[in-house]
Amino acid sequence: MNDPIQIALAGNPNSGKTTLFNHLTGARQHVGNYPGVTVDKKEGTLTHGNCPINIVDLPGTYSLTAYSVEELVARDYLVNERPDVVVNIVDASNLERNLYLTCQFLELGVPMVIALNMVDVAEKRGIRINTKTLSSLLGVPVIPIVARTGKGVEALLESVESVSPGQEHLEILLRYGSDIDQTLNTIVPLIKENNLLTDLYPARWTGLKILENDEQIIDKVMLTDRSMGQQLVDRGEKLTQHLQSTVDAYPEAVIADHRYGFIKSILRQGVMTLTFDEDRLYTSDKIDKVVTNRVVGPLIMAAILLGLYSFTFNYSTFLVDWLDAFFALVSEVVDSSMSEGPLKSMLISGVIDGVGGVLGFVPIIMFMFFGIAVLEDSGYLARVAFMMDRIFHFFGLHGSSVMPFIVSGGIAGGCAVPGVMATRTLRSPKERIATLLTVPFMNCGAKLPVLTLIISAFFSAHQARYMFLATVAAWLVALLAAKFLRMTVLKGESTPFVMELPPYRFPTLRGLFIHTWERTWQYIKKAGTVILGISILLWAMMTYPGLPEDRTAEFDTKREQITASSSPDSKEQLLQIDALQAETALRNSYAGRIGIGLESISQFAGFDWRTNIALVGGFAAKEVIVSTLGTAYSLGEVDPESTTSLSARLAKDKNWNPVVALSVLAFIMFYAPCFVTVVAIAKEAGTWKWAFFSMGFNTILAFTMSVGIFQIGTLLGFA
Amino acid sequence: MNLRQMRNNQSAVISSLNIGGSLGLRLREMGLVPGTEIMVTGRAPLYDPVKLRINGQTLTLRNNEADHIEVRVQGESK
Repeated sequence: MNDPIQIALAGNPNSGKTTLFNHLTGARQHVGNYPGVTVDKKEGTLTHGNCPINIVDLPGTYSLTAYSVEELVARDYLVNERPDVVVNIVDASNLERNLYLTCQFLELGVPMVIALNMVDVAEKRGIRINTKTLSSLLGVPVIPIVARTGKGVEALLESVESVSPGQEHLEILLRYGSDIDQTLNTIVPLIKENNLLTDLYPARWTGLKILENDEQIIDKVMLTDRSMGQQLVDRGEKLTQHLQSTVDAYPEAVIADHRYGFIKSILRQGVMTLTFDEDRLYTSDKIDKVVTNRVVGPLIMAAILLGLYSFTFNYSTFLVDWLDAFFALVSEVVDSSMSEGPLKSMLISGVIDGVGGVLGFVPIIMFMFFGIAVLEDSGYLARVAFMMDRIFHFFGLHGSSVMPFIVSGGIAGGCAVPGVMATRTLRSPKERIATLLTVPFMNCGAKLPVLTLIISAFFSAHQARYMFLATVAAWLVALLAAKFLRMTVLKGESTPFVMELPPYRFPTLRGLFIHTWERTWQYIKKAGTVILGISILLWAMMTYPGLPEDRTAEFDTKREQITASSSPDSKEQLLQIDALQAETALRNSYAGRIGIGLESISQFAGFDWRTNIALVGGFAAKEVIVSTLGTAYSLGEVDPESTTSLSARLAKDKNWNPVVALSVLAFIMFYAPCFVTVVAIAKEAGTWKWAFFSMGFNTILAFTMSVGIFQIGTLLGFA
Repeated sequence: MNLRQMRNNQSAVISSLNIGGSLGLRLREMGLVPGTEIMVTGRAPLYDPVKLRINGQTLTLRNNEADHIEVRVQGESK
């Protein structure tokens, strides 16, 4: 067998790149990361004839500047990995803009084949493209294809094979106007003579990038040869001044305009003929007339988002229940087949609960990503961003932030884990971090039983109103926190919004399943290991050190006494002893000691040590707050679904009153996200820094609010 | 006149872009270059961003980005 051919797929977003990639590789693909950044690296393989081919799907970009991570990743890959062929997917129905990227591949001098995609759509729109002329004018093969059906893909692969053996291709030199061309003519020889990065880039390209004021290339040049680099940059500045005074424009703008000039000149040479009126309304525009209408649009959007939400959280329930039942069964088997001891306790409370916790989210994540893939692939998600941007932009976020917020519990009952993962559709780095740090403020499904418990204990008269207020408060706090973050740690200009509304398309089932599966699998793989570790750690904190032997003996003696007395309610008394022992053990554990130790601070917010332990436990999963409170109030096992005894107990406890309840409610809603979310934040942000930040920032924010509520409430005499 | 001031269903030709840097490049990459014909096709519920037709595709941009795009109005359709 021959060495595999390395192909890189490159092209604009929405040009059908991923569709082609899925068509070529099918299930033989996997997702990784480019080193140091959170951009997905999709790789796949196929065999054509007896020729093995490796494909990398580069991130979709409109350009190859140094302004976005995706573009840097794409161009670094092309330069460092030197794929045998770059397959440039070009949307035939939007040739002009797509060829802008093609121009930059020509400048970079990479071996290239153009896959002219969606020729069927173009033809329907009355656009005929003469591929032969286009090919000879650009000096590269142009193959018409329809990626959705696979038409023309065979010819494309043949063309790829014929290009691959490193053959010299016709060099097309772009012109950028006399000023820039002259400057290039003086600096390119200097770059060549001094061997400045000539092992990596063509000299003319390096020169062009210096004139474009490209930070990455200028830094590299400076590192290689400082004095020469300075000389080149000075030349660039001279040119900038000249262009500023004569045409009032920056070199990069002039260069871009000339690329378009080049494209227009090509299209005019008989490459493209239009048979219909260009202003005709296409189906997509007709749909948009209704769907993005200023009045009807938001209503339709609300309906669709509500639909996605109920689809995700209702239809995944049966799988969640199955998984719960399965893990309960495993727990039981372990419980009955192993002898009592720390190993058994760790297996049940640490490992099985931990793994169950990770896998318990899988159905929700799968359904949510399926729903989002439908919205994304059909083109609707871009419309949501368009309609919501005005509001979210005000808070320093982006129109696309709405989806993560909704999924996380913007409609009470979501989950922050898929919410954090849904921020992946956001391409603006600062807005994205701000979104993923604030979505955990939403009222997720696990917080609901805790909120219900406290509300029913103290505000049972206005239960519905309080639940509604909790949702409004969550939105308010999240958006204001986002604004605060964007004004402080995430300060900076907002990323340009300018965005394409792609034509509506029917998503392909294959694409949907691949997208859903790859994201779900990433979650299982990445989250699994870390979460298991933290789960065991939390278990250990709530278990160790156990009660000293004399205390255990005391409880045992009491049990024996009760059994010996054989009174009619001995069973009940035994349960009470068990509960009391559990409470004492919890109090004695590391978590308990932390809870007691924290009382000196937490008293300002009105929390006693029992609440503190429950809040520490809530870091494992928010619903654990209920069961831990149960143990701390020695009520034995409390089922989060039915908490009447616990809420009655809280209502008459002297340490609790409505002001404390309100303060605890605020804290639970806004303090550190559960650790599964924290792990998800670390993975999505690409660094643990933001994960730790979210734990610290949220806890401080929540505590400040609680102290405020408790102190003011007590002062006003509501306590 | 700039793009922000255009009314719905008005078409125009871009006469100049008064911005450099990353936003300037971004706008150009999306095809917003002098000489190109555009038509405003609508606005979001809160009047921002604006939606326009260019080269047979639909683009959206915020009003404060549209400010940098000078246009010559051509006419109004429908």
